[in-house]
Amino acid sequence: MLSKEQLLPIQKRMRINIVKMVANANSGHIGGSLSAVELISTLYFNEMNITKENLTNLQRDKFVLSKGHASPLLFSVLCEKGFLAEEELMTFRKIDSRLQGHPNMNYVDGVDMSTGSLGQGISAAVGMALSYKAKGLDYRVYTLVGDGESQEGQVWEAAMAAAHYKLDNLCAIVDLNGLQIDGDIIKVMNPLPIDKKFEAFGWNVLYVDGHDVDAIMECYAQARAYKGKPTVIVATTVKGKGVSFMENDAGWHGVAPNKEQLAKALEELGGE
Amino acid sequence: MAKMATREAYGKALAKIIVEDDNIFVLDADLSKSTKTNDAKMVKPERHFNMGIAEANMMSVAAGIASGGNTVFASTFAMFAAGRAFEQVRNSICYPKLNVKICATHAGITLGEDGASHQAIEDLALMRSVPNMTVIQPCDDIETEQVIRAVAKYKGPVYVRLGRSAVETVNNENYIFELGKGVVLRKGSKLALIASGIMVQEALKAAEELTLQGIDATVVNIHTIKPIDKDLIVELAKTHDLICTCEEHNVLGGLGSAVSEVVSQVHPVRMTFLGVEDTFGESGTPAALMEKYGITARHIVERIMDCKEKGLI
Repeated sequence: MLSKEQLLPIQKRMRINIVKMVANANSGHIGGSLSAVELISTLYFNEMNITKENLTNLQRDKFVLSKGHASPLLFSVLCEKGFLAEEELMTFRKIDSRLQGHPNMNYVDGVDMSTGSLGQGISAAVGMALSYKAKGLDYRVYTLVGDGESQEGQVWEAAMAAAHYKLDNLCAIVDLNGLQIDGDIIKVMNPLPIDKKFEAFGWNVLYVDGHDVDAIMECYAQARAYKGKPTVIVATTVKGKGVSFMENDAGWHGVAPNKEQLAKALEELGGE
Repeated sequence: MAKMATREAYGKALAKIIVEDDNIFVLDADLSKSTKTNDAKMVKPERHFNMGIAEANMMSVAAGIASGGNTVFASTFAMFAAGRAFEQVRNSICYPKLNVKICATHAGITLGEDGASHQAIEDLALMRSVPNMTVIQPCDDIETEQVIRAVAKYKGPVYVRLGRSAVETVNNENYIFELGKGVVLRKGSKLALIASGIMVQEALKAAEELTLQGIDATVVNIHTIKPIDKDLIVELAKTHDLICTCEEHNVLGGLGSAVSEVVSQVHPVRMTFLGVEDTFGESGTPAALMEKYGITARHIVERIMDCKEKGLI
């Protein structure tokens, strides 16, 4: 278990690597990766049981990045856990790389599901949780869902199934950063209220400031303790968090920074 | 001759293997009494999960279960398995090469009275074009039981195409299914009838009829449409003047296309494709539909006689 202070340098390096990976590849998704750094670093270091020793086990705690385009987020946290070498991060999105634009589970140990086509990851997480329940295994399953992603009907098919089978070993985290490629989620196709929808489907709903590590840890603990229903943590976040000129700007959903922008971003993040 | 639908044989086989292996999970989408996965539910309810009328979710859930080292049988009608959930089958199951067996029933026009909205005549084209996918269509109950046992052992995604209507048992109890190996049911010369699924019984009947016209046809059952038995098809092409493919599927993209992809590149020989002529079906009995859409033994005979008139054999 790491303290909030101990997580800070990890989160800083993750942000630096996310920006560098996308800049180096000249493509990728920065905004929605930066928004969930606190959520996912806390998950991997203080909540999930995932270690070098159990990494290749077919059955263990699992994480599904349902918003698969945030692959820089996943690869950067796997790097911090020591599952991926930092040098390899710079092969992201290049030919012959294991680090695909959207993650492939067969290339990298620690990627628990191949995702990218929105809506499918949360269903796969339901499958994992369902199989653990059926076999009487205590492992937990986590999935990060985008707010824009919740426009996919499959998300709600999955939500219905998870509640139906009382998958209290499943915890979905909604990265509510309010923006999608074409702009404000409310203007593109309003998916709100996401919390009430999950509640209506039969989920336990928790709310958190997605950048407050102590509050996030408290939510994970509450989700773990809650029995009889799956839990969704609706996390309010800032898209592009940590880089002032990227924050709350849909333009940074899937655009790579140029040389000057990269330098400015790294300066703000305290990197080189 | 004994008759049984391949979906019936699937249900019986699944009910047997599910009690032998605790890692087998079965998913269905509110059609378990039609797809016959209900047979497995009766003997092992703790491994059978109804996912409701939500096929897209079912396919990705299957992927999640399989990712933990389990074998998943996921069933619904072919229309919804290969059609509605195509992209989930592609991205959740085939791309990560997960161990999911999509056993799709009520394929083709012999689904019958429900009509065109439910008659999948495109599923072979869709499923065989996805990398990592294996595509199998058994022709009778004996073959189906062995197919189900074989795919349970095989690691990776498989699409098994099953029918609603009873089909004749063309294999005997000594039959041994081998994945990827076509079966020569009758040896003739000049003409080779290559069939799959329900069309195997029709091809055998047609071959009998054709002997009266002085034509001695070879009849081959291609149960594995992908990977297709290239060696056998090349051999057939080299030893026959005409190949007629017979399928209960659109003539575009199915068995005929798969056979011609081999023939045209390795040993070109004249081919004729017998199947649904790029048109939607309609309501009716399976027999009436096969008659109207031109996929009975009689239609095979007529097609061959036409080819003979044109001097192709």
